[in-house]
Amino acid sequence: MSDQTHAAGTYSGAEEQTSLGFKLRALFLKHEWLRGYLLLSPTLLVMICLMCVPLFMLIAYSFWTQNYLDIDKTFTLANYEAYFQKPIYAALMFKSIRMSLYCTFATLVLAYPMAYFIAFKVKKNKLIWLILITVPFWTSYLLRVFAWKVILGFNGVINSGLISLGILNEPLEFLLYNPTAVVLTLAHAWAAFAILPIYVSLEKIDRSLLEAATDLGDTPRERFWRVTWPLSLPGVIAAGLLVFIPTVGDYVTPKLVGGTTGIMIGNIVQSQFGKANNWPMGAALSVISMLMITILVVTFIAATTRARAKN
Amino acid sequence: MTDNATKAASDERGAQAPQVVESKHEGHSWTGEAPLFIYAVWYLAFLYIPVLFLPLFSFNDSIYVAFPLKGFTLQWYADMLENPALLQALENSVKVGAAVAIASTFLGIFAAKAMTRYRLPGKGPLTSFIMLPLVVPGIILGIALLVISNTVGVDLSLYTIALAHTLVAVPFAMLVLMSRLEGFDKSLEEASLDLGESAFQTFLRVTLPLAWPGILASVLLTFTISFDEFILAFFLAGNEVTLPIYIWSQLRFPNRLPMVLSLGACILVASFFIVTFSEVMRRRGVGTQSGSAI
Repeated sequence: MSDQTHAAGTYSGAEEQTSLGFKLRALFLKHEWLRGYLLLSPTLLVMICLMCVPLFMLIAYSFWTQNYLDIDKTFTLANYEAYFQKPIYAALMFKSIRMSLYCTFATLVLAYPMAYFIAFKVKKNKLIWLILITVPFWTSYLLRVFAWKVILGFNGVINSGLISLGILNEPLEFLLYNPTAVVLTLAHAWAAFAILPIYVSLEKIDRSLLEAATDLGDTPRERFWRVTWPLSLPGVIAAGLLVFIPTVGDYVTPKLVGGTTGIMIGNIVQSQFGKANNWPMGAALSVISMLMITILVVTFIAATTRARAKN
Repeated sequence: MTDNATKAASDERGAQAPQVVESKHEGHSWTGEAPLFIYAVWYLAFLYIPVLFLPLFSFNDSIYVAFPLKGFTLQWYADMLENPALLQALENSVKVGAAVAIASTFLGIFAAKAMTRYRLPGKGPLTSFIMLPLVVPGIILGIALLVISNTVGVDLSLYTIALAHTLVAVPFAMLVLMSRLEGFDKSLEEASLDLGESAFQTFLRVTLPLAWPGILASVLLTFTISFDEFILAFFLAGNEVTLPIYIWSQLRFPNRLPMVLSLGACILVASFFIVTFSEVMRRRGVGTQSGSAI
């Protein structure tokens, strides 16, 4: 009923058009899902044009080669062969994945108690806590990373602060430009992404289950591991994926705080599109990264669902 | 800094004392309120304090970002206002952000209405599909869009940046508006239709007025996303740059650091207020409306 005038107004021209209009109108009136899809179509169109088509183009590029000025569009696996021939690529890929995993783990461990606190312990002003957690997430990523460079630097906040307090005599060199700095900065930058999914899954837990566990004699600790933790796992997994997937490809953080030892695969991809100017190689590297991430994520999800099915 | 945090912790613990007692009755004592509360305050400090060093040092009268603080100055803010390249970048960012906010909120309204008001086959997969830009690493989206612009022959400009930002802003707009549309009673729209209003009039006179806090929140959030976004803009910028790219280009020059700090401080403060306002709009609106719309 909602689209009556919609169709009638549009088709009032030639007779053939009118009959087509009536047919269309009848079709849309009959099927609710058609009207829904009509409303959804602009968004889907944008997604297809700006995401799917470009990603397919990226895959196509990975099978081409770079001449000095233009792209040679004959199909070749040369870029993928290069990946396997130069061990640096694979080494960097695994290093990026490892650093991302550390970062994801750190983020989750830090975030879980916070989410637990908001879900179970905050009775009043839950809204304020949620907003406090969310707001930093919306502020500039670049500036948050830059802040860590300022803090950890050789003459940065920590070093100069400790020296002026008389605790240190000379600056600590190990703070900035290493993998640990990257992991720390990423864990800070992605914190809010982890808290919210965990919070949602904790909030959804039926409180009567907790009461039942207590009534049946569980200590609070047992109750947490037997009821709360398993029920919050979907949120933890979602949070883990939300942090892990984007951080593997990050290049801003390694570039600003990683130094030479903190470099990640994203930096190499970026340089292929910049100084190195080998777009097809960059495309191949990013396709391989996406594949690796997808394989890891799918195996992980399959493993967890199987484990949960067993229990 | 830490003193403040612990002081705040002890203050608030005092205020929450009755709840501690209450939770002991429920058998929470092993992780009583106090330890978790202290942890939460530390966590907030971890979230906020690193970022607060930018405003702090932006008033420091030295080109080195180091303790001890030298003295108070507004010099770096004055430098900022006299820098034409920076002001141009600011103008560009505002233009792109405004376009992205309008476009993504429009798309978000349609998508949210379709998702919440129609029985759609395949709604789950479709929602995941629209959420995909949130999960795909920014660098991949960036180079994919760079590659396609190159293939199609589109010159890089503020338009390409705006298109890329729209792609990542749409999922957020849709999420915000979906929770808003779910928050008020569907029967209000049905009543309007039954009373003879057309679908368009119903949308204009019933749906929009009820959804406007969500729309405002969506406009503000998507504007901020675009305004602060760096990775996509980095790959898709032509000759005209946005503010984050300008900042990135200045990081190479140590003597420009104080000005970057003051600029960063301004951006952080502006983002903070815009986002807090829109979050309050969004969350409070949903809560009260679902209660009072019946």
